[in-house]
Amino acid sequence: MTPTLQIFLVVSAALFSTGLLAALSRRHAIFILIGIEMMLAAANLNFIAFWRFSPQPQPPTGVMIAIFSIAIAAAEAAVGLALVIAVYRHYRTTNVDHLDQLKG
Amino acid sequence: MSRWIIDHLWLVPAVPFVASLAILSLPNKQHKGAAVLAVAGQIVALVLSIFAFLPTLQVSGFRAVQNFTWFTFGDHALRLGWVLDPLAAVMLLMITLVGLCIFIFSTGYMSGDRNFVRFFAYLSFFSGAMLGLVISNSLLLLFMCWELVGLASYLLIGFWIERPSAAAAAKKAFITTRIGDMGFFLGLLWLYARSGTLLFYDGGNGCLESAGLAMLGASAASIALLIFCGAVGKSGQFPLHVWLPDAMEGPTPVSALIHAATMVAAGVFLVARVYPIFSFGAIDGVTASLTVVVWIGVTTALMAALIAIAQDDIKRILAYSTVSQLGLMMVSLGVGGVAAGMMHLLAHGFFKALLFLGAGSVIHGCHHEQDIRKMGGLRRLMPVTFLTYAIGMMALSGVPLFFSGGWTKEEVLHVTAHWPVSRLPYYFLLAGVVLTALYMTRQIIYVFFGDRRTASQHAQESPSVMTVPLIVLASCAILFSIVLTPAWPWLHDYLTDGAAHFEIARLIQPALLLSLALVAAGIGLGIWMYRRAGIPDRLRPADTDPLEFAQPQLFRFLQNKMWIDELYSRTVVAFSWMSARLSDWMDRHFWDRLVRGFGALGQLFGAFTASVDERGINAGVDETTLGTRGLGRLVSAAHSGQIQTYLSVIAIGALALLLFYAWLA
Repeated sequence: MTPTLQIFLVVSAALFSTGLLAALSRRHAIFILIGIEMMLAAANLNFIAFWRFSPQPQPPTGVMIAIFSIAIAAAEAAVGLALVIAVYRHYRTTNVDHLDQLKG
Repeated sequence: MSRWIIDHLWLVPAVPFVASLAILSLPNKQHKGAAVLAVAGQIVALVLSIFAFLPTLQVSGFRAVQNFTWFTFGDHALRLGWVLDPLAAVMLLMITLVGLCIFIFSTGYMSGDRNFVRFFAYLSFFSGAMLGLVISNSLLLLFMCWELVGLASYLLIGFWIERPSAAAAAKKAFITTRIGDMGFFLGLLWLYARSGTLLFYDGGNGCLESAGLAMLGASAASIALLIFCGAVGKSGQFPLHVWLPDAMEGPTPVSALIHAATMVAAGVFLVARVYPIFSFGAIDGVTASLTVVVWIGVTTALMAALIAIAQDDIKRILAYSTVSQLGLMMVSLGVGGVAAGMMHLLAHGFFKALLFLGAGSVIHGCHHEQDIRKMGGLRRLMPVTFLTYAIGMMALSGVPLFFSGGWTKEEVLHVTAHWPVSRLPYYFLLAGVVLTALYMTRQIIYVFFGDRRTASQHAQESPSVMTVPLIVLASCAILFSIVLTPAWPWLHDYLTDGAAHFEIARLIQPALLLSLALVAAGIGLGIWMYRRAGIPDRLRPADTDPLEFAQPQLFRFLQNKMWIDELYSRTVVAFSWMSARLSDWMDRHFWDRLVRGFGALGQLFGAFTASVDERGINAGVDETTLGTRGLGRLVSAAHSGQIQTYLSVIAIGALALLLFYAWLA
């Protein structure tokens, strides 16, 4: 079976939905972070897929963008983790249901 | 030199004014500084007056004026100025010399007073105001100084403000003279309306010069009478004389100043100054206004002399004698003897200051007792005071030959005798001469002769700071007569622009014998009547006046000042009280209601606008804010703080957008 764009998009959509579900349902901040990473990965996958099945798939261009994106995602994850630790130190919890001080 | 003093004549009144201000800025304890400043100011003024006097001697009929523009309004310029002529020059000399004696005397007399500093400030102010008055070349400037003199007299008569009688006397003096000043002011306005200038001498255009007088026309008599009202008030003429005896409530040096140099002299001086208005259109030296002056003067002279006989207060007797003498001066002016009147004013200034200071010395010695019935026998205890007082008494009584008052009185009688209208004033004045000699003899006998009574038991002579001014003034009262005698009538000719010639033959005149006889009669009658005063008689108690014993009703009538005060309080004062009550009632029940009605209207309008505000505008604003607040509450509820809720909203939104685009496609 020859891989087609549709298969990639379905896998990507599934990945994104899983990530979204995790981000919405989990109460632990780290898991929400993991969900966000999954959604990011789904976006990267879409990007690569669209490049690969574009009319002129030149070797470095799409991959380069994806690699940049992953690097930025790593930095973002580091910042996110640091925030989680700071929040934990302050509130002694990582349950996002309790972190509601900014409510109106 | 003479040019300089004419240009700087304003310095004469300015120096005492400045001294007064300087004294006022001294601390209350600085007695010495105040006395030194006041006396120094007076000495400077005296020296300047002498400088001012010198040029008037050189030319007969000397007159120098210095006018300046005070301010301009429209095309009118209001001009003031000062004038130096014989009239002003002799007044300056007399005021500063007498003033200096009084100032020095006061440093002794007032030495124990708490408000010593204030006293000298007022005294300097008084002197300055009077000096300004005599050099004024403008009726307006004269009026201003006139009012300043009035103010100073008010402050000084009420100097012992803690005494209710002093406060009342000060008010009485101020208000009574104000009545006269009202007339004066009207006359001033009328004069200005007619002649367009208030300058006396202005190179031919002044209101006392022929061109200005011609513009007055028939209204000159009315203007003169209105101005005379002011003189009546200031110089204590009937019917406005009532304030002058009450003014005795002030310290004695103040009485001396008021009666001799400053206050009362102002009225006589005023008439002498504006005499051309009085005599304008005179036929044989008689005008309607001058006739009024004569009769007022005669009434005053005789009435006051009668009242003086029955007074017991040493200063009150002198006060009434002043009133009487001022009447005499007015008669003299009225019958045309301006020079005689002014001469008597000057001579009177010296001997009346002497008498008042002598009385002050007596009062000081008797521990502030003023009732002559409680004195007696002071002749031996206070020899200097006695001698000087006796000289003053002789001068006032008009003893001829040696005393200045005798000569000037002679002069006045002489001009009065030749008044074409009536001989009556002459006879009344002759009666006045007898009465004057009588009451002065009575006073001298009570105070200085006989046995010592209660107040004079421990009397002693005053210190030299008080007796030296007495001696100076007594010398003046005698030596002044050198320039007054008919043999060498220097002062008379100086004032009337003539040249005096010495002629011994004129010294003895028949009139002199008549006058001598009258004075002798007065003094003799006095001695005969009062020789046993204060000594219990077979029939008469010791404290009863011989006249009171002989004529109780007459005595009571005179003692109560002919009931004039009572008459005034029943009529004028009662009327003013009634009108005050009426005004008060009108104020309370009419005007007040009117005002309150307007107030209520305002309140009503206020209530209306308040309700509009409350119900209309406020309610709208309230609704808007409430709505905004509710909306805010609603929106803030959505902001739950739950990030997962936010996220799901975003996700649902994104999904909805996706479905929307899918549907579009």
